[in-house]
Amino acid sequence: MLVEVRVQLKKEVLDPQGEAIRRVLTGLGFAEVSRVRVGKLMLLEVEGGDAESVRARVEAAARDLLSNPVIEDFEVRVP
Amino acid sequence: MSAARRPRVAVVVFPGSNCDRDAMAAVEVAGGEAVPVWHASHDLGGCAAVILPGGFSYGDYLRAGAMAAHSPVMQAVRHHAADGGTVLGICNGFQILLEVGLLPGAMLMNRSLRFICRDVFLRVERTDVPMLGQLRKEKVLRLPIAHKEGNWFADPEVVDWLENQGAVALRYCDGDGHSGEGANPNGALNDVAGLVNAAGNVLGMMPHPERRVGSLLGGSDGLAIIRGLVEVA
Repeated sequence: MLVEVRVQLKKEVLDPQGEAIRRVLTGLGFAEVSRVRVGKLMLLEVEGGDAESVRARVEAAARDLLSNPVIEDFEVRVP
Repeated sequence: MSAARRPRVAVVVFPGSNCDRDAMAAVEVAGGEAVPVWHASHDLGGCAAVILPGGFSYGDYLRAGAMAAHSPVMQAVRHHAADGGTVLGICNGFQILLEVGLLPGAMLMNRSLRFICRDVFLRVERTDVPMLGQLRKEKVLRLPIAHKEGNWFADPEVVDWLENQGAVALRYCDGDGHSGEGANPNGALNDVAGLVNAAGNVLGMMPHPERRVGSLLGGSDGLAIIRGLVEVA
């Protein structure tokens, strides 16, 4: 099954990349965009049919490698 | 140090390391014997000190240092550090030490979002650890940096705790030794340029001491650190 892992900088961590994008958007006329946060989306093709155990395994992978808990939060989405 | 046998220092080579040869040359200048150790190795060749050099290990994929942190050699580096062995992480090597948890915090992208390659000044805050033992406290070093992810970050309570422990071994400053907004190249919290662990045997730093070990390289401000490492090996 195809599992999504979304990794985002924690709320309290400054995201200069997102801020730079927001400034350019404002310059382009998208002034209504008040905040941009940049994250990563990873799509994992995982063998196995049991959604619950797949989720547990992917969460472990996200903790071990896919995210850095000091600066990032993650979210796992199983179909 | 025995006159007959030079101290052996392991220099880990990851796919994508690009300061490994510089680090090896610096070890030789400092009187040691540099031993290259491939990332797939499970030991450090019996060396008493190890350098994790700068570069872009595994292409900096995912996060700088994240993939290297899980390579086989890092298990050996972990055991080495736990046994009191000396570990110096430079630039990407520092990023790897953070990812592997041997030093606290994490690196964010530079505040300017740019790769910065220039000289900076840094102040020596600790001289009671072997790798910095040949320096005078408050001494100002001029060393090059070359990185895009050097904006050190940790939770505020972790930062306070580290400051109380004296873990900030090297701090960005101006040429007169004063810290301040203009002297911090990348936005690192508390002007952190280098951290040392509680036992004093693991040092990580963003500036490159191995690139300043002689007048041909523009100065020798980095030599005392490499020599400090070699002499405990």
